[in-house]
Amino acid sequence: MIDVLVVGGGNAALCAALMAREAGASVLLLEASPREWRGGNSQHTRNLRCMHDAPQDVLVDAYPEEEYWQDLLRVTGGITNERLARIAIRASSTCRGWMRRHGVHFQPPLSGALHVARTNAFFMGGGKALVNAYYRSAEALGVQVRYDTPVESIEMAGGRFVAARVPAREVNGRALPAERIEARSCVLAAGGFESNREWLREAWGQNERGEWPADNFLIRGTRFNQGVLLRSLLETGADVIGDPTQAHMVAIDARAPLYDGGICTRIDCVSLGVVVNREGRRFYDEGEDFWPKRYAIWGRLVAQQPGQVAYSIIDQKAIGRFMPPVFPGTTANSLAELARKLELPEAAFVETVEAYNRACRVGQFDHTSLDDCHTEGVEPAKTHWARPLDTPPFYGYALKPGVTFTYLGLKTDENAAVHFAGKPCANLFVAGEMMAGNVLGKGYTAGVGMSIGTAFGRIAGTRAAAAAGHHISAENEGHDHAVA
Amino acid sequence: MQLREPIAVDAGAQGEAYPLIPVLSVAEAEVDRQMHICNACRYCEGFCAVFPAMTRRLEFAKADIHYLANLCHNCGACLHACQYAAPHEFAVNVPQAMAKVRVDTYADYAWPAALGALYRRNGLTMALASAAGLALFLLLTLLVSGTLLPGRLAGDFYTIFPHNTLALMFGGAFGFAVLALGIGVRRFWKGITPAEAEAIATGAATLEATGAVLKLKYLDGGHGQGCNNESDRFTLWRRRFHHLTFYGFMLCFAATCVATLYHYLLGAAAPYPVLSLPVLLGIAGGIGLVIGPAGLLVLNHRRDPAHGDVAQRPMDRGFIALLLAISLTGFALLIGRDTGAMAILLAVHLGVVMAFFLTMPYGKFAHGVFRSAALLKYSIEKRQPDRLKLGSE
Repeated sequence: MIDVLVVGGGNAALCAALMAREAGASVLLLEASPREWRGGNSQHTRNLRCMHDAPQDVLVDAYPEEEYWQDLLRVTGGITNERLARIAIRASSTCRGWMRRHGVHFQPPLSGALHVARTNAFFMGGGKALVNAYYRSAEALGVQVRYDTPVESIEMAGGRFVAARVPAREVNGRALPAERIEARSCVLAAGGFESNREWLREAWGQNERGEWPADNFLIRGTRFNQGVLLRSLLETGADVIGDPTQAHMVAIDARAPLYDGGICTRIDCVSLGVVVNREGRRFYDEGEDFWPKRYAIWGRLVAQQPGQVAYSIIDQKAIGRFMPPVFPGTTANSLAELARKLELPEAAFVETVEAYNRACRVGQFDHTSLDDCHTEGVEPAKTHWARPLDTPPFYGYALKPGVTFTYLGLKTDENAAVHFAGKPCANLFVAGEMMAGNVLGKGYTAGVGMSIGTAFGRIAGTRAAAAAGHHISAENEGHDHAVA
Repeated sequence: MQLREPIAVDAGAQGEAYPLIPVLSVAEAEVDRQMHICNACRYCEGFCAVFPAMTRRLEFAKADIHYLANLCHNCGACLHACQYAAPHEFAVNVPQAMAKVRVDTYADYAWPAALGALYRRNGLTMALASAAGLALFLLLTLLVSGTLLPGRLAGDFYTIFPHNTLALMFGGAFGFAVLALGIGVRRFWKGITPAEAEAIATGAATLEATGAVLKLKYLDGGHGQGCNNESDRFTLWRRRFHHLTFYGFMLCFAATCVATLYHYLLGAAAPYPVLSLPVLLGIAGGIGLVIGPAGLLVLNHRRDPAHGDVAQRPMDRGFIALLLAISLTGFALLIGRDTGAMAILLAVHLGVVMAFFLTMPYGKFAHGVFRSAALLKYSIEKRQPDRLKLGSE
């Protein structure tokens, strides 16, 4: 029998598998996707939020534990578990040596992301390069990896994990039978449920306009996070945490693919212009704060608009001042023409923009600081970077909510144990998006998902190995086992 | 999903309305499409010079595409790290898209222009050039000596081909190659540098670009562990084998130059003793030119077919094989120069070298010249202020 079974194939799962293997356990990792789609949402990530008390290689200045914690407290509005959050924060200050030994390369922030030079370390080549490195290291260390192997449920006996069940399936035209895989312990790291359209629909329900908002959501990440195992665990009676409508959610280009659009579908010109809804009306302060601090709220804002659609409107003055969008914008030489091309009510749209233009009090425009360009006498106000849209051509980008990952998950503790009726299970652990909701009740701040996944993935792997009778000795911990 | 419309239009159909906008070819339009995806992602910025150069641009005109295509070293790192690579519907494969444009730039900037067509069927070009070179020197041997086996000549090459004849033939071929490549790369440079941004090479930029060329900086993966070959694993062997090939070639070239100086300045005629400078340089270079190309051939055979443009492998392998043939025939000549086979060995070696010289401006050799130019442009450009001011991410 295998010692440690890891269910999932992204960052948290790989961290768990590597740690368990380093502790001497035999490890089998089951990835639901085919090899070419391996890594779940981790393949779309690019950075790790890191605590540090002094400059560290690619990280400048300092980002102490308390500041990190306060940032997390702010974005989550207090819906977080301080104990677990601080575990993830502290671990982020020491995990990178281990990550490097397993082949992960760090680099200074990418162009256009300099504002996070202090708080985040970037993976060279992004998350897929990290995932590739971990798989190489795992295979070199003797972790068994199986692709195309989704787990639909787990079998418990006497409060302990016994086996995982893999359904019958067809892989490349070959029919594979159902399987029951036993192990001494198990780590669940199979992601959220964001790829499951039905579940999203059910969670978001019907709004006052009779719409099913989730039907208009796009999924920024993997198509394999169907939440099958998560639902099975909830039905088995595992303790749950989080609100099923809470998620990392960004306003993205409405033309983005249904799945795996990743980073490039983001529209980053919101703060440089105005955003209107389908009725041609503005609905939120586009210049409330720096875009990197606000981009994560706009997914929900758009989700609340009729048709779950909005339009980011800029003029020529904004070109070259924001990350280039992947798809070309709709262009027009007049506001009326733009309204027609975007199929917005022309009169209402032109009236909205003209009212905004009249309300602009332009001072010293500076999109790198909270400048004094603002509106007066218009609702909602735009509090910074308010300049009239008066220089054609005008550009419009349709926006839709893009879900990165959902926060509903399994309640856990400092040992990453899955809980049943308030009691930790001795040999079943959870990591990554399946438990990120313990720390992230709502909101988001760049790089924290990978911090949580790495910290709790490593804890879960260590504990699972221990539950199978393997212990990492203090001298062994952090020792260079890795081949990458 | 909507991607940028490919704006590849038949140049003839463009008409008089837009005479100043060069129309993109299908291969160029594909680079344009992919660069817009990459520019919105940028995860690969740390790997090489292509992506930092890309971020200085919002649009990709023909000139930009030619420049970026030659900046790309086809290391494969960005393909294996790409979240948008196939089976993703965006099907991003930057090394492949760049390679397809790159070979077009060699052909389009070639001088004389008509000979650019030799890039289209480069395997055949290499084969014909080799056959012609061999036939030429074997026939000359027959013509001069009346036999291919004129007996032992104590290593005296010049009893078969007088020194001045060889100097004239090879000097002429080499001179033409340098001229053709020079004109080609000058046209390339003008093509990738719009008049309003006339680049002036500063000392620091030249120094940096020279270093990038001589060290093959962009085959180090950005992290020093090398590039990709058959998988997402990194390897330094391509860089090492390329170094052996390049420096081996340079040592052989140096051996020829030193021998020429010996001949004209010191009046010392070949054959030179094994421990003389020309022969020692030739042996050292020849060893590099055996191991290097042999290694590159093996790597080329094992290369992930998604890397670069598989259709160009005949060009790559033909060139590598010719380099290998030069070193192997050179060693055969050195070993057999005191035997009766010397005349044949000499004719074969000279034939292969002649084929190499003749195809220098119309084969893979051009990559070094074009890429060096692109690297110089990169070193100049990155020292100029960035016109874009991306304040947020």
